Amino acid sequence: MSDDPMSDGTANGEAVAAEFPEPAHRFASLTLVPKADEKLATKDFKSDQEVRWCPGCGDYAILAAFQSFLPELEIPRENLVIISGIGCSSRLPYYVNSYGMHSIHGRAPAIATGLASSRPDLSVWVITGDGDALSIGGNHLIHALRRNVNIKILLFNNRIYGLTKGQYSPTSEQGKVTKSTPFGSLDTPFNPVSLAIGAEAGFVARTIDSDRKHLTSVLRAAADHKGTAFVEIYQNCPIYNDDAFAPVTEPGERDQRLIRLEQAQPIRFGADRSQGLRFGRYGALEAVPVAGSDPDSLLVHNAEETDPSYAFALSRLDSSDFAHTPIGVFRNVERPSYDELMSAQIDTARQQQGDGDLAELLAGADTWQVG
Amino acid sequence: MTKQVQQLDRVIIRFAGDSGDGMQLAGDRFTQETATFGNDLSTLPNFPAEIRAPAGTLPGVSSFQLHFADHDILTPGDAPDVLVAMNPAALKANLADVPRGGDIIANTDEFTKRNLAKVGYDASPLEDGSLDAYQLHAIPLTSVTVKALEGFDITRKDAERAKNMFALGLLSWLYNRPVDGTLKYLETRFAARPEILAANKAAFQAGWNYGETTEAFSVQYEVKPAPLKPGKYRNITGNVALAYGLVAASRRSGLPLFLGSYPITPASDVLHELSKLKRFGVRTMQAEDEISGVGAALGASFGGGLGVTTTSGPGMCLKAETIGLAASVELPLIICDIQRAGPSTGMPTKTEQADLLMAIFGRNGESPVAVVAPATPADCFDTALEAVRIAVKYRTPVIILSDGYLANGSEPWRIPSLDALPKLRDEFKFASGNVAVDGKAGPPFLPFARDQKTLARPWAVPGTPGLEHRIGGIEKADITGSISYDPDNHDKMVRLRQAKIDGIAADIAPVEVDDPDGSAKVLVLGWGSTYGSIGAAVRRVRLAGGAVAQAHLRHLSPFPANLGDVLRSYEKVLVPEINLGQLALLLRGRYLTDVVSYNRVRGLPFRASELADVIQDVIANV
Ligand SMILES: Cc1ncc(C[n+]2csc(CCOP(=O)(O)OP(=O)(O)O)c2C)c(N)n1
Ligand code: SF4
Ligand SMILES: [Mg+2]
Repeated sequence: MSDDPMSDGTANGEAVAAEFPEPAHRFASLTLVPKADEKLATKDFKSDQEVRWCPGCGDYAILAAFQSFLPELEIPRENLVIISGIGCSSRLPYYVNSYGMHSIHGRAPAIATGLASSRPDLSVWVITGDGDALSIGGNHLIHALRRNVNIKILLFNNRIYGLTKGQYSPTSEQGKVTKSTPFGSLDTPFNPVSLAIGAEAGFVARTIDSDRKHLTSVLRAAADHKGTAFVEIYQNCPIYNDDAFAPVTEPGERDQRLIRLEQAQPIRFGADRSQGLRFGRYGALEAVPVAGSDPDSLLVHNAEETDPSYAFALSRLDSSDFAHTPIGVFRNVERPSYDELMSAQIDTARQQQGDGDLAELLAGADTWQVG
Repeated sequence: MTKQVQQLDRVIIRFAGDSGDGMQLAGDRFTQETATFGNDLSTLPNFPAEIRAPAGTLPGVSSFQLHFADHDILTPGDAPDVLVAMNPAALKANLADVPRGGDIIANTDEFTKRNLAKVGYDASPLEDGSLDAYQLHAIPLTSVTVKALEGFDITRKDAERAKNMFALGLLSWLYNRPVDGTLKYLETRFAARPEILAANKAAFQAGWNYGETTEAFSVQYEVKPAPLKPGKYRNITGNVALAYGLVAASRRSGLPLFLGSYPITPASDVLHELSKLKRFGVRTMQAEDEISGVGAALGASFGGGLGVTTTSGPGMCLKAETIGLAASVELPLIICDIQRAGPSTGMPTKTEQADLLMAIFGRNGESPVAVVAPATPADCFDTALEAVRIAVKYRTPVIILSDGYLANGSEPWRIPSLDALPKLRDEFKFASGNVAVDGKAGPPFLPFARDQKTLARPWAVPGTPGLEHRIGGIEKADITGSISYDPDNHDKMVRLRQAKIDGIAADIAPVEVDDPDGSAKVLVLGWGSTYGSIGAAVRRVRLAGGAVAQAHLRHLSPFPANLGDVLRSYEKVLVPEINLGQLALLLRGRYLTDVVSYNRVRGLPFRASELADVIQDVIANV
């Protein structure tokens, strides 16, 4: 992220390096979306609305990364739809020149589900916050994940309610002192990644607002997943929860704590990448020095492992002190999407029963004639 | 044995038994036979919310009433001429409704000491003379059925179960019903189980023979077909008619139907019905809750589909916020509220009209929507088409207020020809693309620039180039649709949204008054499912020489333009409602005219006789 929070990060026109290579084929979530006739640029995705987050808000960086990623989709602007709930984060659709709906608190996944399952020719993105997605909209989120409709959910996690001025959220650490919890919050937080994996999500990833390159690569991977993709984005709220993620964003400290997941690569982290992961007792993962460990016991990352236990175990490494925080794609397992199955049922019904005949339907089986 | 045949002009039959006795099925089949025969008819199923309430208890009683006649009728009838009571509980729960002299067919096998005690009978009413004023036919229905099925390779339990078919056979004989339909029905239903099929057919036949050959019944009845308007008819329930109306509207508008719904009594059958209709391109989604159901429907509408959600009262509460969003972003949305007795869970299987004010006002802010209500089961079809017409033309949510009585009740329906259905495709246009020509973009798209006549905003569907825009629940600037907190703009938008809904009044049928010779001083005004009871009551009053006018509202928001004039042209206006006077409150507030409110909230339709007395009272006091 550029140091100037107001910057959209594209001023120098630098191409964004890819951690996930651009696929040679179109992104998997876009197979039914038309291809754009012309090449679009970042500026084509900027709306005429003035962006109004607080100075320094992590949302700026995410918006900028998102806008400069969108041309990569190579779809016409009119086939992109962004649906959000309510919260600071949920203002994002106003700033992107596409179709969009800033809906109501927590309900964006439901609205997006109706849209995406009836319009497979659209690329539908959901923008939500930790309160929006995990409190009021928790039910819609888990069901969207299990239903697996072709939508991409970006959860901006600032571990606080920004828009309502700083109450604790379902991701705030226990004991959080806020206006609504002057003596500290009492409840245990959710780990969004664990929750998503538990809710049968096929694609689950985590990234950080300030790491533009990583964020972009995760967006790319999400777009390349057909079905529901869930991305948690650590987002700094300098006003109500500043430095909530400092341990994983401050250079120096960061590299001790972050575990960058790369598909098919041995998991290495810590100073000089000297640490690895292996399964401990009862299936939990533990960090061990690479040196002196049995090489076969050290894990190589595989997000495509169908059994979710491994991805779940990875997600549990994340603790409140950020001792070990994996980022990247935890799980990437494709299965038929809801919209696809829904269309298939309609096609089958038409093949087997013929296209619906309204006159025949209205008459039904038992009729009689008068006169 | 030849029996005497007596002509009747109308009959009311009530089948009553334990929830597990198959009374709904027997009633349904008798209805179908009666419809095929050509009588006019009206039905009232009445069942407990529990799937299997404790056997033999009063709460477990399930009943099905059918009124059929050789002339056109409007209600399922007040008092049954014939009560079939499969056990003491069924007798006890229903006896008070049977007029003296009525026929009671009772299943003696179930009148055991234990069953009698369960409902508080000290002695068997079949034997203690307490039923002397009725025509009692005490028949061991269970044992004669079991006996008739001896030799079939089925369990005793299955044999006992077939007693509803025996009763149906007996009633079919008694009223000379055509039986082919029932036999055909059994064949499809039990196609996979030939022994059960044969047993049910045999039980049905045995019931018929029992009537014909035993001394138990000396008379057979005949009710001639009713002179209905020429045409092809079928019998239809309100929920099926509603589902078909929505599919017809989808076809006539060219908009693919998307239903988002969460199961709830008595609305689930609309979901079930539409879920079968994939061949019509219908997409149905059983959502995780009502909020998701209506949200998904709104998403589909945003995408240029016909978004529909179906529910009942408790679900309506949950949908309120999303309906408000739809009113604010001004997109078409159909919300079907199949009302049931409330508040809260209330009585899920019982009918009520108490969601009217919630439908009109039950959202935060000034959030006007259109509200319509069907009058009869078959009218649910036309009302669905009318709701869709308003929704797509004005880009507004429309709430359809059906209820439990209409949902499950049925009546003969003259099947409309497709040409006669409204051409909904002509009622709206999607906004068309705004593409750059020679590198010059067209004028910017204005998502809240309104049609001068309807005040509807453009319906700009994702996928249309050049119309990219953002909508949301935050107040929008007039015309541009950008976020606006400007005080005057808000005042203007509040008024525009209201004016759009008010303007629909000029585009709907005026309320029609039935006042045969124009001499009535009293008008009875109703809405929704009370149409039949009010109509039947009005007929009674007129037969007795009283002058009374009747009018019925289909449109509740906005009201038809002539309603004020109609109200003012009568000395007294009587408004019967199955709530505590919700329409009455609206009329008083809106037209500054007093109305006489009559309210009974028993979970059941009004009795025509009761309403006739009320009308007579009002007439006597003008
Ligand atoms: C039904 C409803 N309840 C409450 C609110 C108030 N509200 C708006 S945003 C919000 C919390 C937002 O938190 P989060 O989703 O984390 O978004 P952030 O502002 O932090 O990006 C609340 C409680 C609302 N708009 N609607
Ligand atoms: S309150 Fe926090 S999250 Fe909201 S805009 Fe300001 S900095 Fe961003
Ligand atoms: Mg937040």
